[in-house]
Amino acid sequence: MGTTLAEKLWTSHLVRKGEDGAPDLIYIDLHMCHEVTSPQAFEGLRLAGRQVRRPDLTIATEDHNTPTLDIDLPIADETSRIQINTLRSNAEEFGVRIHSLGDADQGVVHVVGPQLGLTMPGMTVVCGDSHTSTHGAFGSLAFGIGTSEVEHVLATQTLPLKPFKTMAINVNGELPEGSTAKDIILAIIAKIGTGGGQGYVLEYRGDAIRALSMEARMTVCNMSIEAGARAGIIAPDQTTFDYVQGRPHAPEGEDWDAAVEYWKTLVTDEDAVFDTQVDLDASDLEPFVTWGTNPGQGLPLSATVPNPDDIADEVDREAAANALEYMGLTPGTPLRDIAIDTVFLGSCTNGRIEDLRAAAEIIQGRTKAEGVRFLVVPGSARVRLQAEAEGLDKVFIDFGAEWRNAGCSMCLGMNPDQLRPQERSASTSNRNFEGRQGKGGRTHLVSPLVAAATAVRGTLSSPADLADAPAALV
Amino acid sequence: MEKFTTHTGVGVPLRRSNVDTDQIIPAVYLKRVTKTGFDDALFAAWRGDSEFILNQEAYKNGSVLVAGPDFGTGSSREHAVWALKDYGFKVVIASRFADIFRGNSGKQGLLAAVVSQENVELLWKLLDAEPGKEITVSLEDRTVTCGELTVPFEIDDYVRWRLMEGLDDIGLTLQHEEDITAFEATRAAWRPKTLPSKHLPSVHIEAARPVEA
Repeated sequence: MGTTLAEKLWTSHLVRKGEDGAPDLIYIDLHMCHEVTSPQAFEGLRLAGRQVRRPDLTIATEDHNTPTLDIDLPIADETSRIQINTLRSNAEEFGVRIHSLGDADQGVVHVVGPQLGLTMPGMTVVCGDSHTSTHGAFGSLAFGIGTSEVEHVLATQTLPLKPFKTMAINVNGELPEGSTAKDIILAIIAKIGTGGGQGYVLEYRGDAIRALSMEARMTVCNMSIEAGARAGIIAPDQTTFDYVQGRPHAPEGEDWDAAVEYWKTLVTDEDAVFDTQVDLDASDLEPFVTWGTNPGQGLPLSATVPNPDDIADEVDREAAANALEYMGLTPGTPLRDIAIDTVFLGSCTNGRIEDLRAAAEIIQGRTKAEGVRFLVVPGSARVRLQAEAEGLDKVFIDFGAEWRNAGCSMCLGMNPDQLRPQERSASTSNRNFEGRQGKGGRTHLVSPLVAAATAVRGTLSSPADLADAPAALV
Repeated sequence: MEKFTTHTGVGVPLRRSNVDTDQIIPAVYLKRVTKTGFDDALFAAWRGDSEFILNQEAYKNGSVLVAGPDFGTGSSREHAVWALKDYGFKVVIASRFADIFRGNSGKQGLLAAVVSQENVELLWKLLDAEPGKEITVSLEDRTVTCGELTVPFEIDDYVRWRLMEGLDDIGLTLQHEEDITAFEATRAAWRPKTLPSKHLPSVHIEAARPVEA
């Protein structure tokens, strides 16, 4: 019997097979750090008198609580400043490469790794951040870890792990114009639930996935964790190789040829068996938005706010009722009628150049709805530079958006970019949890296209809802 | 890590599903650089509500949390485990846990005990009937006992052994350092290294400024 891609990645990184119920020891090819989940890990090393085993497989960036304004001034918030300074001094003490605020390679860790060419197929990638699943888009086993595990990887470059189960997610059909990778993943999470992926590595397959760009594939894999999965992967193909080639850390010459030859073997064998399978038809997929307080509470934009009384499962019914109360929504309200205060375009889910281009194309020549705040936060400083080189910054600024510096920003509101209580956002980020974007804030997860159209109309909207929308969309 | 064999303490019924780590500890509390002192941050958004379970006198000294399914979803923050421990919780009971949260718990000596939802409901009823009632959790027997009711729980064998022995993962792994070194010798030349650092030319990044209101 053949093996799945996830199993191949596991086997090729096996340092030691666990005996008598002990976990396997898995080698880690790339470890990324940021300021929030690393300080206690470095402190642990220091207390134990340990070193970082492989500084040359480790990289740090500042992203979670960095400001997106006045980045050349001292960070105003004292605890943020201490945390950033702690990362800087730890990086120096332990010899870890760091890209600090103001550096052209600073940005959200999951945007920076791929753009430097550090993420490539066939790797194991970890970071003390659940959205590490992003890097699975390259055909790597990539997953988030806790701070104890961060310390473990720093000290040993390995992790003791039990094998994951495998789930095939087959997405077939041609994605309609106006629907995106974000809508695919929101639809998948709505289908299998926030716990549906627990214990699994999800492998996204099918022609709709093959047709996606590398950046769109990252959007899909990024939100694997929102279905509860440890990781999401997509087998590498020519799209992947073309994206990696020529990047600063990409292999060159003979190394490149050897790498590609190996990467081409990174597919699930035809006769391999997954532990479970899920199918999704992309051909009738509408733009998806969330109405509740977990990413599984999503519906097509044409739907109405659900009535908890219609939900059979008691736990789900209660969760829906709680969610609607928090969100301030009434059952039966068309999702398109929900008025938005803030639009957030950014994050490791949708803060890449293609996301900014897609949104800019929608708003160009249009007028922003009165009273709507529109925050545009590129995923990395390089993304920002690229957007400026293409003139996208002007499109956003002319429209009335705020053009910010790179970071996680309002995705999790650790810096000053937060919603106020009861403020409502359409956000291209990944979590609509209570208070995620600011205490009392209400979040609707959307694609960049829906975010842009919503900024024009002021209510949740897709590009097809805009006057003079391109004929293909209506 | 302290050895864990059995624990008896006040059971706290948290009748909510999908309690994500943003609820357990909001991101604003993640800026500390220490591993302790997070007790005030636990369930911070809900603690302001006088009706919230931990604000009720009977549950103030709770140490066994009995929660709805899919506890600990979302962010990988280990701070969620630290906050629960700092508050005084030794055990969390639920029918399903998010993978990362469960892993983090095992590393920190917080017992994440998987009990069927049917039995969670029974525990909730007993705790509601008698607020402040104690629960005994035996890791040795893998059982949860509340009054007359004893129900089984599931936990990974290896995690159970580590918790009972109070063993540290890094120390266990370093016993196999020779295997790690041997594996490193087999890694292909194309695999990327972060050092020496390679990147596109450095350029000045213009600081964005606040927009005039």
